[in-house]
Amino acid sequence: MDINAYIQSGVLELYVAGALSEKESKEVYDLMLKHPEILKEVLEIESAIIKLTAATSKNTNTHTFTTVKDQIANNNNNPKVVSISKYNWLTYSGWAATLVLGLGLLWALNENRQLQSDIQIVENEQLFLETQIADAKSDLEASKALLNVLRDRDIISIPLGGQGNFANTYAKVYWDRKTNSIYLDAQGLPEAPEGKVYQVWSLTLNPLTPTSLGTIDNFNTDDNKIFEITNANESQAFGITLEPAGGSETPTMEQLYTLGVVTSSP
Amino acid sequence: MQLETLILKFQQKDEKAFEALYNMYSDSMHGVIFNIVRDNDIAEELMQDVFIKAWNNASSYSAEKGRFFTWILNIARNAAIDKTRSKAFKNSKKNLDAEYFVDILQNSDSLDNKTDAIGIGKFVSKLAKKCIEVIELLYFKGYTQKEASEELNIPIGTIKTHNRNCIKELRDIVLK
Repeated sequence: MDINAYIQSGVLELYVAGALSEKESKEVYDLMLKHPEILKEVLEIESAIIKLTAATSKNTNTHTFTTVKDQIANNNNNPKVVSISKYNWLTYSGWAATLVLGLGLLWALNENRQLQSDIQIVENEQLFLETQIADAKSDLEASKALLNVLRDRDIISIPLGGQGNFANTYAKVYWDRKTNSIYLDAQGLPEAPEGKVYQVWSLTLNPLTPTSLGTIDNFNTDDNKIFEITNANESQAFGITLEPAGGSETPTMEQLYTLGVVTSSP
Repeated sequence: MQLETLILKFQQKDEKAFEALYNMYSDSMHGVIFNIVRDNDIAEELMQDVFIKAWNNASSYSAEKGRFFTWILNIARNAAIDKTRSKAFKNSKKNLDAEYFVDILQNSDSLDNKTDAIGIGKFVSKLAKKCIEVIELLYFKGYTQKEASEELNIPIGTIKTHNRNCIKELRDIVLK
């Protein structure tokens, strides 16, 4: 390699100016280590530039190192002080306000949820009371209707007396022939045992012929024990027997509870 | 002490080495910065900032990438150019593009402690205008070859040899 030609090319001047690429600078660096002439040339160029640039420093200051030294000492010793000063009162009060606002919002949300649940409970209670009133009204109407039936002069009243082992039981039939229906008041019967039902019979006496008017499946659950039953028969008597669930074709006479004969016609 | 040793110690956060380097280059960096910002107080402040930045980033310097002087010169030029781009600076200063370092040397009236500068100014002003321009761009402003060639309207290949001759003249003046 022609060292002299390399020096004359002007590449070293650009090297000192910082106008070479990283790769080119590395090449100059490697050559400088190998060839003292190149290093010497670089040092002279650098020295000339330093003198020239220093000459343009129109400064009467002595450029004391003290200021710089103090600053780097500050940076090294007090990093915490610097970082704390970054957070001024505005930052803290901002975060505090955010926290207060957030908590307030949570409280309000919770309060609102509580109130809505209270409203729901009251609404449910109101609904329950309304249902009770409606029930009471319909009970009242049923009672009135029943009372009207019993007061009707066309209705025949037939008491059914207790029979045999069941002498202490009783029932009553109110027969409305115009509407072909009977109202059975069975309050004097005990509750039907498990698996058994009361069956109501219409009877003609000569000859004795029973006709089933049906079973009272809801006897145990009914409150007033008054049952409306259709009856289009020319009944001469009514009887009630206890039968297996589902009822029987003919009455079981051993289980005849009450029996009553129609004594008058309207 | 060898320059290489000084730089190594500086990189190991040796303040004495830092001070030595500061004394070697602070005038030069102040000159470069002053040429760009043209305000003595701003230049002084920026120059100190440059050395603090160099101290904080000392580990990023590598001799393989270039001269230490070139490294710190880059930091100084960038800091000064950044400053001239700041809004506050633009509002308070006139357009500085047309001015070259030479007028500082010629107009020096307070160079009592830098007797060298008087001589340098006297001779440097005798440099060819093309030399003053190319030195201004490559060293004071940090232009690349390509940028300088476009700015001065000189073929890019010519910049290198042209600059070589100019620096040779400069060396004759300042390194008698």
